[in-house]
Amino acid sequence: MSDNAARVRSTDGGEAGGHRPGPLATVPAEPGSAKPDPILVVDHLTKSFGGLRAVRVDHLEVQRGTITALIGPNGAGKSTFFNQVSGFDRPDSGGWTFEGHPLAGKPAYQIARMGMVRTFQLTKALMRLTALENLMLGATGQSGERFLPAIVRSWRSQEKDVQRRAEELLDRFNLTRMRDEFAGSMSGGQRKLLEMARALMVHPTMIMLDEPMSGVNPALTQSLLGHIQALRDDGMTIILVEHDMDVVMGISDWVVCFAEGEVIAEGRPRDIQSTQAVIDAYLGSRTGDQHDVLEAEQ
Amino acid sequence: MMKILSDAIAGMLGPEAAIYALAAIGLNIHFGYTGLLNFGQVAFMLVGAYGLAAGVVTFGLPFWAGILIGIACAVVLALILGIPTLRLRGDYLAIATIAAGEVLRYVYRSGYAEPVTNGVFGLRQFADPFYAMSPLPDHDFDLGITTFSARNLWVMIVSWSLVALACALVYLLIHSPWGRVLRAVREDELAARSLGKNVYGFKLQSLVLGGVLGAIAGALLAINTQSAYPDTYDPKVTFYLYAIVILGGAARVLGPVLGSLIFWLILAFLGSFLRAASDAGVIPAEVLGSSAIGALVIAFVGLGLLLLMVFRPSGILGNSKEMRLDVR
Ligand SMILES: Nc1ncnc2c1ncn2[C@@H]1O[C@H](COP(=O)(O)OP(=O)(O)OP(=O)(O)O)[C@@H](O)[C@H]1O
Ligand SMILES: [Mg+2]
Repeated sequence: MSDNAARVRSTDGGEAGGHRPGPLATVPAEPGSAKPDPILVVDHLTKSFGGLRAVRVDHLEVQRGTITALIGPNGAGKSTFFNQVSGFDRPDSGGWTFEGHPLAGKPAYQIARMGMVRTFQLTKALMRLTALENLMLGATGQSGERFLPAIVRSWRSQEKDVQRRAEELLDRFNLTRMRDEFAGSMSGGQRKLLEMARALMVHPTMIMLDEPMSGVNPALTQSLLGHIQALRDDGMTIILVEHDMDVVMGISDWVVCFAEGEVIAEGRPRDIQSTQAVIDAYLGSRTGDQHDVLEAEQ
Repeated sequence: MMKILSDAIAGMLGPEAAIYALAAIGLNIHFGYTGLLNFGQVAFMLVGAYGLAAGVVTFGLPFWAGILIGIACAVVLALILGIPTLRLRGDYLAIATIAAGEVLRYVYRSGYAEPVTNGVFGLRQFADPFYAMSPLPDHDFDLGITTFSARNLWVMIVSWSLVALACALVYLLIHSPWGRVLRAVREDELAARSLGKNVYGFKLQSLVLGGVLGAIAGALLAINTQSAYPDTYDPKVTFYLYAIVILGGAARVLGPVLGSLIFWLILAFLGSFLRAASDAGVIPAEVLGSSAIGALVIAFVGLGLLLLMVFRPSGILGNSKEMRLDVR
């Protein structure tokens, strides 16, 4: 047990990840702290399943153009939080704004069109579409998706652009070989990659990734992390749920720790490593299961 | 022997085969491409038929106005069925459509509706302008193996032309970004939604389009006999249409056409064969009375479908590679 505690503390990717001092340098590391330029602001968001309070976030801001990691034990409410914010589920109460627009009550597809795109923890590859079709589907504003233009085939030139972009992304995610294969015949890790590439086709300003690295081999994980950082450097905001502490410490600009539905700690990776509440959450004094960290690190 | 063969060919090419193919193309848009469980395709055929029949006979409107009324009724029916259910899980549409199929038939044959639909007695003689349009000389046509009357042949020509048009339309739509979204909705609604697709809107469009094809098929069925009776449009029809779609291969442009050709070939062949056997005394009348032949034919069709499911679950044109995918 102390071994795990040591690993949480000693993971020092924070320095190795090449962080810039950035806009978050002066933000206090405490739950609900205000950010200089928040793209997402969540207020009093709650969601219960029966008697179980799955999410209760009083206040959370996500800084534009950063990588924010959500961590926390299994069942902490991270995925539920994603579902509420992305419009896939209705919260019991609370509101949130994205780029200043209030989103409560908006359908999920409109939220996606506004530039907030999410992926799923359990991959949702479109099985009987090819890898290329999966990606091409992601492009927004396709005139050929309207009934009459679809018939008169006025979408042909736009389709070429969409296909070119899709092929670039396939290449970037090492999926070119699978271009014309059904997504249903791809491996679990490949589907994870496909889903992330597909989300990028939407041209998001903020992308929410639910455990994007799970099941992806270490070498590819490294290159994916590189891509994610490149996206951040291009100005995209990234929120990712991740259990692997090395990854979290290595890549993120800011870390938010959930436990039992609440944000129990926030801060730069270095702050988080030394926060007693986080160590407690992972090692069991709150939810009582050290398996979380063990699992996460395997 | 020759008789059995010519009956079979006549059944395969006849107006019913074309009409069922057209309705099945509509169902294929729902079930094959969008994954909508519509168990009431017959309801769309019913409103299509009565739009024409009642429009002409009861309200004295021109033939084409009747056709348009039938199509408009199908659009309204699709919206009534779709708007409340398509946001919910797939089972709700299935339940609503099963109910609609039966309830509408009862409504159309009920006493209340009699002033418009003439109840169980049905409506007749509303398609004269259709037959007047026929360029064919008024005598029987000998097509070598079988003969068709000029009227039958005219209905066949129009129906099969419409089938070809519908296939072309489906081909264009499915091979467009619109069709890509439709197939994505079939695979996983949530994924489509996460990519900014208005899933509900696409399901509604699909329901309307397939329903309109069903309505046109229903109108043709009424034109073919110059009569419309509510009981022609019983739930059995929907299940024949499913048999046709699955037989030919769901989510294939030509699947419903091939399915219908084979379905009607088998139906006509078995019917003719059993009747011949019964007449010749090969099968004693106590074992198989002439009234039981129809039921036995359907039993054989069921058996055939069963075998198909075992040996070729994706249908004749289906992509068996697609079928083997682990679709979770
Ligand atoms: N649809 C649901 N119905 C009932 N309870 C649910 C539902 N979804 C989530 N929960 C409960 O809400 C809590 C939070 O679940 P959630 O999936 O958000 O956890 P998580 O932080 O994503 O965990 P993990 O790291 O394992 O993915 C859990 O206790 C779970 O049992
Ligand atoms: Mg989760």
